[in-house]
Amino acid sequence: MLGRTAASLYWTSRYNERAENMARLLEVGYRIAMTPRLGQDHSDDWRSTLVSAGCDGAFFAKYDDPSKRAVVQHMLFDRDNPSSVRSCIEAARNNARSVRTAITGEMWESLNTTYLEFLDIRPQHMTDNKLPDFLAWIKQRSMLFRGAMLGTLMRDAGYHFSQFGAFIERTDNTARILDVKYWILLPDNEVIGGDLDRYQWTTILRSVSAHRSYRHAYRDAQVRPFNVAEFLILRKEMPRSIAYCYDWIAESAAALAVRYHDSPVSCDMAQGTLSLLEDTSMDRIFQGGLHEFLTDLIGRNNALGAQLAADYHFS
Amino acid sequence: MTDTEPFNEMLGSDGEPRAPYKALADWFSGMTPAEMRRKSREAETIFRRLGITFAVYGTSEATERLIPFDIVPRVLAAAEWRRISAGIDQRVRALNAFLHDIYHRQEIIRAGRIPADLVVQNEAFLPEMIGFTPPRKVYAHIIGTDLVRVGEDEFYVLEDNTRTPSGVSYMLENRETMMRMFPELFQQNRVAPIEHYPDLLRETLESVAPETCDAQDPTVCILTPGIYNSAYFEHAFLADSMGVELCEARDLFVEDGKVFMRTTRAPERVHVIYRRIDDAFLDPLTFRPDSMLGVPGLFDAYRAGNVTICNAPGTGIADDKAVYAYLPEIIEFYTGQKPILQNVPTWNCARDDDLAYVLDHLSDIVVKEVHGSGGYGMLIGPTASKRELAEFKRRLKANPSNYIAQPTLSLSACPTHVASGLAPRHVDLRPYVLVGDKVRITPGGLTRVALKKGSLVVNSSQGGGTKDTWVLED
Repeated sequence: MLGRTAASLYWTSRYNERAENMARLLEVGYRIAMTPRLGQDHSDDWRSTLVSAGCDGAFFAKYDDPSKRAVVQHMLFDRDNPSSVRSCIEAARNNARSVRTAITGEMWESLNTTYLEFLDIRPQHMTDNKLPDFLAWIKQRSMLFRGAMLGTLMRDAGYHFSQFGAFIERTDNTARILDVKYWILLPDNEVIGGDLDRYQWTTILRSVSAHRSYRHAYRDAQVRPFNVAEFLILRKEMPRSIAYCYDWIAESAAALAVRYHDSPVSCDMAQGTLSLLEDTSMDRIFQGGLHEFLTDLIGRNNALGAQLAADYHFS
Repeated sequence: MTDTEPFNEMLGSDGEPRAPYKALADWFSGMTPAEMRRKSREAETIFRRLGITFAVYGTSEATERLIPFDIVPRVLAAAEWRRISAGIDQRVRALNAFLHDIYHRQEIIRAGRIPADLVVQNEAFLPEMIGFTPPRKVYAHIIGTDLVRVGEDEFYVLEDNTRTPSGVSYMLENRETMMRMFPELFQQNRVAPIEHYPDLLRETLESVAPETCDAQDPTVCILTPGIYNSAYFEHAFLADSMGVELCEARDLFVEDGKVFMRTTRAPERVHVIYRRIDDAFLDPLTFRPDSMLGVPGLFDAYRAGNVTICNAPGTGIADDKAVYAYLPEIIEFYTGQKPILQNVPTWNCARDDDLAYVLDHLSDIVVKEVHGSGGYGMLIGPTASKRELAEFKRRLKANPSNYIAQPTLSLSACPTHVASGLAPRHVDLRPYVLVGDKVRITPGGLTRVALKKGSLVVNSSQGGGTKDTWVLED
């Protein structure tokens, strides 16, 4: 397999995952904007949506205020935002297009149809009443690609590069969502937590489609910040938790190493982060500092992506 | 236009369907206009979903378009095809012999059969190729011969595309689409299959691997300029259907005079490159230093006999429009036979007499740029406006050797689905030929159709469409 092919499979999956995450973050932002806030607008909430999405830099280079309209425009349609849904869809398709020979027809058709239908969307027609359906559509299209990948792609190296990309992106997304609001998850808050805090905790769960599954995992009438953090970081039954993602990453890293009869650095790094997650507990994470933990994790995750590219000659 | 009616491939002069079209005519006469429209839309959906697109240069909007597909196939009888196929076989052998000769002893020039300037002054002549012999002496491995028909037994060769002819993926996908939509038609008609083209292509490419290649299975790859190239879909399609890697220049490198692919593991040796990029962009060390597309050192590896490049660099001279005019001479010189397929009579505007004739008859003839392709930069006299004619006159006088001219041919017409039902539209034909250890010709080819009423321009970049092309078996 060409190194470039491996890179494109990795990035196709990463961008596909990112498009879905962007849609989910916007959904949550949109929901917050519907709740009344005494004496102030929602610009702080939109600001943290942008930070969670990693789009704040590109946004403030172009706009002054985070109004709903501007944020929606930026996160959905702006080409100068490399993480906008449009950019993600185009990047995923371009990557897939350059490795048409390495993906299945079903995978290609799902991306290509998404791309073609997205072309027909006019940003100025994206009114408030159409937005929820549109965001749901983006999520479904992304899941369709993922389903096509899981259901049709041969379980060879390409599959593992693809999985790698998806879970590196998902880890980054979940870690950022937690980090933007880490202070409201600190245990001290639990005692003094008012309605507003409780609302924020639920919001974090919604950002990863976990507000229902949380209820099943923790049979407790209260949403507790300690549990929310644990659910998203350490609980492996939660498919967007960091530990779950690293289970897959370590598995794909090991599968690639076996296939290539080699022990690449990326494999050790993946295993190292997985062990770290398995050997720790929320108490220890809080002791060392949640923010510090997440910052370290985001750094490790980025470094792993770079190491994978080096180990398998992505360019 | 011409005075006479064009040759109608479906309806004979008596208004009855000609033999090869009998079953097809019955079938389509049984379809209602609504059914036909539905089928046509269905075909479009299939093509769009599969992403069978091409890029149109010079348009910023919607740079990827579909080539319109016409659901009415074009049919050739077995006997008709045998003659075409023999003519093409003769032609591609002569072209390869010609290429070998001009890069070696240039016997044809010494014999005074063609002027020396035609070759040595030609932009497409590559001095770097002089004295070098590619494996099996084959230069042009993949050729698309453009043919037009003007009567029952009259076929003309319009041009021999010996560089990187495209369109073969449409030929294959058109057939797939037709078989998916009209399985009954294929039960009623014995249509020669074409789906093995990718196998033939791979066999051909493997057969010209370097003689020094000790590998049991030579490694073949396709070299593409990348996803923004107009024919990128085809490059990916062919790589996929042959089961070979689709490489960009940055995926290849040269070490110790050998070519390797950068893979996820150790570099892998490449023996045969089916390149879909122009000569000038092959190797920045030999050709264009400003090229971002090339593989540095590739040409040296080629000359050292460590890799085969298909088609060979310098092959373009064989489809030069000025050389074309000498093809009857070339065929006779190398094969000792008369050409089976005729050339279209051609005026070479570099000659004073020819130029004078062309300027006097501009409104009756077709003028083409010597190095043009894709229907760009050509003038169709009969349909041109006064202004266009005047403008072309100016250009011709300014640079006559840049142009050739041909009479306006009355291209044959085939029934085609249009808004009002079926109507005759002008067509041409590009059969695909492979030359390696032997000559392999796929029955049929790509039929291009001018969808506008009366139009003679079939190029996809100018609003042409395509049809499935059937060769019936005896």
